[in-house]
Amino acid sequence: MSIDRSQVDHAAELARLELSDDERERLRGELGQILQAFEALNTLDTEHIPPTAQVIPLGNVERDDVVAGSLPLDAVLDNAPRVEDGQIRVPPVLDES
Amino acid sequence: MTTASATAYRVVIGLETHVQLRTQSKMFCGCAADYANARPNTHVCPVCLGMPGVLPVINREAVNHTIRTGLALNCEIPDYAKFDRKNYAYPDLMKWYQISQYDLPLCINGHFDVDVDGATTRVGITRVHLEEDTARLTHVTAADGSPASLIDVNRSGAPLMEIVSEPDIQTPAEAMAYGEKLRALLRWIGVSTANMEDGALRIDANISVWPQGEPIGDVKVEVKNMNSFRALGRALAFEIERQTGRRERGEAIEQETRGWDETSGATRSQRTKEYAHDYRYFPEPDLPPLHITRERVDALRAALPRMPDQVAADLIQQGAPEADVAELVQDRPLTDYSLAVIGAGASAGEAVTWIVHEFRRALNAQPNKGAAIPISPAEIASLLTLRANGSVSSTMAGEVLDEMFATGKSAEEIVQARGPQISGQDELLSIARQVIQENPQAVQDYRDGKGRALQFLMGQVMRITRGKANPRAVSTLIRTQLDAES
Repeated sequence: MSIDRSQVDHAAELARLELSDDERERLRGELGQILQAFEALNTLDTEHIPPTAQVIPLGNVERDDVVAGSLPLDAVLDNAPRVEDGQIRVPPVLDES
Repeated sequence: MTTASATAYRVVIGLETHVQLRTQSKMFCGCAADYANARPNTHVCPVCLGMPGVLPVINREAVNHTIRTGLALNCEIPDYAKFDRKNYAYPDLMKWYQISQYDLPLCINGHFDVDVDGATTRVGITRVHLEEDTARLTHVTAADGSPASLIDVNRSGAPLMEIVSEPDIQTPAEAMAYGEKLRALLRWIGVSTANMEDGALRIDANISVWPQGEPIGDVKVEVKNMNSFRALGRALAFEIERQTGRRERGEAIEQETRGWDETSGATRSQRTKEYAHDYRYFPEPDLPPLHITRERVDALRAALPRMPDQVAADLIQQGAPEADVAELVQDRPLTDYSLAVIGAGASAGEAVTWIVHEFRRALNAQPNKGAAIPISPAEIASLLTLRANGSVSSTMAGEVLDEMFATGKSAEEIVQARGPQISGQDELLSIARQVIQENPQAVQDYRDGKGRALQFLMGQVMRITRGKANPRAVSTLIRTQLDAES
């Protein structure tokens, strides 16, 4: 299975990534290979296998509603690209929420 | 605003309601969920900051709140539910995905009855699901003079419930009634403050307009940014006009998201090319699925209070006026209080009306709002008894109540301390005669059969006696006097 340039561009746009032409071409190949690997699953007979969303044999992992504390502000902002007024500063975005 | 061609078009409205749940901690981590008064970014940990390698864990109480809501909305609670990742890249999400529920939500197939002008509409509830709230963005001019967006992560990861209705709503009034009744219900069952002004309740609408008799298509417009029920009604009325106008001019209606702008009273397109709704949902690998046992559902159902509709029906049957009951059941603490007053011997009709009007006035005048009501329901029942048997006039009952709030004394004590009512025939008789003499027009009105004239004359007597006269005695006395003179 191969994917075309426009699919790479669409995925990059959704992920807000700017790609150079070289990167687009490289990723087109790599993403194609990944999809090919998944294609292999389609050769399996799954007619009698119930669908699952999980591979770990666990369920109902819940916690009590208890406050356990938070990080100090310095630590929270440590990885921020820019900080302003105790908040994480990013380039201006249109508020769509 | 009314629909220009209400008869020629059919309006289809569905509502999506986001509700912040009332929990101590966030949805998937132990940070405090109460961020309203917190300094930005102080209720934040590696989980809600979206650090690699962290493990979210489901807040049991948030799941319970969602199931409670589903039960209150007559939903089915499936045995199996799971969480999914909703992927989109926007700086209000630290992880660049939101944990939500896609195809297997906690609650499905419910309904909610909404009343408008005496007619009941049954609105289907498609689903109620659980997800996490996003960070708060503010758009500013930064200290260096350039525009920037600032991120406060405190809200990120707070438990958020979404209630999706079927497109069964046809008018702005129905949508507003749905919102108001839903807010009251959420408060009633204690799952949320549901305050719109704090963003604890946010309603988005999907709306489309179709020619009558033609099939309803897929295209709909999503309307956002309504910060009050009034704004919801106005935004929908605007959209009905706009879409009807387009239909009449033969123009197509585009599928889009529009934002309500309160200042201009219009909706505006929020379409942006790069913001495609391509969420690429997939099962959340970090969260094992939930098997909701029937025991859990039954226990939650058993612990729910009686629903406001049921309580209202009971009170109306016991003689309380419908309008007063409708107002009362907006407020569960006051409803519980009223039921206790009725339980202590007051009549339902009298108690509800008096509590909704007089008692609430006095309660709202108290300095520490939201505190427990300091007067026992039995005390109020005894005040209502004094009022019902005429020992206390209506005016005086209000004053006695104020004094009960102020001093903590019982109704009996206060009434006694104020001295007995003036019911001595001689004293009242001379006051009544004085009033009759001074108000010839009212006397003439009374003789002409105007019932309000008697009320007026009684009011004059009550005014002179400063509310201390027994209203029944006054009424009898005035009538006897007037009828004797005629």
